[in-house]
Amino acid sequence: MGNQQKNIDYDKIAQLDSFKQLVKKKNSFVWTLAIIFLIAYMTLPLLTSYTKILHAKAIGDITWVWIYAAGLFIMTWSLAHLYVAKASTFDKEAKAIIQEYERGNN
Amino acid sequence: MNGMSYTAVAFFVAIVGLTLVITWWASKRTSSASDFYTAGGGLTGWQNGLAIAGDYLSAASFLGIAGSVALFGFDGFFFSLGYLVAYLVVLYIVAEPLRNLGRFTLADMITARFDQAKVRGTAALSTITIVLFYMIAQLVGAGALIQLLLGIDYWVAVLLVGFMMTIYVLFGGMTATSWVQIIKACLLMLGTVIISFLVLQKFDFSIAKMFTDMASATEHGEAYLNPGLRYSQGLDTISMMIALVLGTAGLPHILMRFFTVKDAQTARSSVIWATWIVGIFYILTIFLGFGAAAFVGKDKIVAANAAGNMAAPLLAEALGGDILFSFVCAVAFATILAVVAGLVLSGASALSHDIYGQIIKKGKVTEKEQVLAARIGSITISIISIVLALGAQTLNVAFLVSLAFCIAASANLPVIIYTIYWKRFNTTGAVTAMLTGLISALVLVAVSPNVWGPEGKAIFVGEPLIMLTNPALISVPLGFIGGWIGTLLSKETDEAKYREVDVKANTGISVQDVSH
Repeated sequence: MGNQQKNIDYDKIAQLDSFKQLVKKKNSFVWTLAIIFLIAYMTLPLLTSYTKILHAKAIGDITWVWIYAAGLFIMTWSLAHLYVAKASTFDKEAKAIIQEYERGNN
Repeated sequence: MNGMSYTAVAFFVAIVGLTLVITWWASKRTSSASDFYTAGGGLTGWQNGLAIAGDYLSAASFLGIAGSVALFGFDGFFFSLGYLVAYLVVLYIVAEPLRNLGRFTLADMITARFDQAKVRGTAALSTITIVLFYMIAQLVGAGALIQLLLGIDYWVAVLLVGFMMTIYVLFGGMTATSWVQIIKACLLMLGTVIISFLVLQKFDFSIAKMFTDMASATEHGEAYLNPGLRYSQGLDTISMMIALVLGTAGLPHILMRFFTVKDAQTARSSVIWATWIVGIFYILTIFLGFGAAAFVGKDKIVAANAAGNMAAPLLAEALGGDILFSFVCAVAFATILAVVAGLVLSGASALSHDIYGQIIKKGKVTEKEQVLAARIGSITISIISIVLALGAQTLNVAFLVSLAFCIAASANLPVIIYTIYWKRFNTTGAVTAMLTGLISALVLVAVSPNVWGPEGKAIFVGEPLIMLTNPALISVPLGFIGGWIGTLLSKETDEAKYREVDVKANTGISVQDVSH
């Protein structure tokens, strides 16, 4: 914590168009996907509690509920990697914003 | 099980010895408060990823889920799903802003925006409450397990685990705790992979054959492969699933792990590592559960422990004899030690850093005083939880764990999300969000079927006021609503401060180097 933070003019960074755009992009990415994966996840207990459609056999004696569950595992790993890929592009933009701010200060 | 064999003694002694050597090594690297709470922030992505897995995969996961799948088929697997998808919530919503804003504790992150004693104090209170519930669950489970494995008394077992966890944290701080968790994660994965391999071998390495055989292997017939054996109340299942998926992102000992890495990028890569390890582990719980149901059998599992907690060790014994049984028991012991050490550390950080250092001493403490306070805090948290665990022997472990998840989801997650994403949010809102979530979770559990029920089924005999065993469905929305109403009741706003938090959270600027 400390001295270096006091020197940063946060208001100035917050006013930069590039910063506003980054936050907008980041938030819409994060919340869109968060809503998607939470819906995909909560659909499972809804289906198992109120219907029997996942009780049917899918492959051999493996029922659909296991396929759905496997889908949630694959979704988790895929979305985790998607996040990292997306976040590294955000990192580059964040770095550019800091540079833009520093240039403005010198 | 015929008490302790020499093999088992050898494995236990090896684990105790190895972890003590690590603690001795770590103690020489623990001099500052930052060393103590965050291992100096110097862990790499894979190290922290393994440590997160080691911190997270508790005995409730290893022994509890294996037992639940063995007894209830798909319904036991619900836990695995919830505990895994939870990592997306951690990664997408919490991990990076937390790393960019916080220092040692969750309260640090919230007070990065609302620097007031009442906010910090409430956050510390919620952390300590969650830590204590979670810790009692782990200690009670540990006591029962070790009692069963070693044939020693419950209180001796609790004291043994309590003593070990105190030693790790007291002398080795976060460095020792992290490496105990890393080693435990490796051992747990090794043990689980070996058992799963042996189970698959029995089914001729065919998943299809395994399912076909399981459809007739238990008394439930084909129903074993479908949901409904355990969770027949729709709302109850949904409520529990909410607690599982949202709770992780509010668990203090998991959140604290993000302060042990240097920046948001490393925090991210550690979640990827954790997600793969934890995910593979949870998939393997199917083999553990099915294997136990098929090759040990329900009667033997229930005879050893009514909740099914002995399913995995008994399966190891059935497939790999005394050596594998001893190894798996030692792994279970290491699992418990790693989790409780992480809990002691996060409880101590709230007590010593938040309450003593920042509230009572107003941040005016020397490095030496901070480390001393951290050590005293660790001993205090250890003693309180050991005493509570000694008196809580009869409480249901799964209930305590789900309660901890529910409080974490209700009291911590709303305030974290509002702090990062809501401009209008203010001090009053932060306090009301945490208190509403915390109190409603506690009160709703106190009137739930866990506490009130027919004789022998709950703590007290009587009618529960609500039918939800896990009240997350009500208490999580209440936490959000509490924070929203509290915010609107107060005229205070802090737009400049929010801009600062927004800039820091999104760019990591105060963490990265800024050339001035």
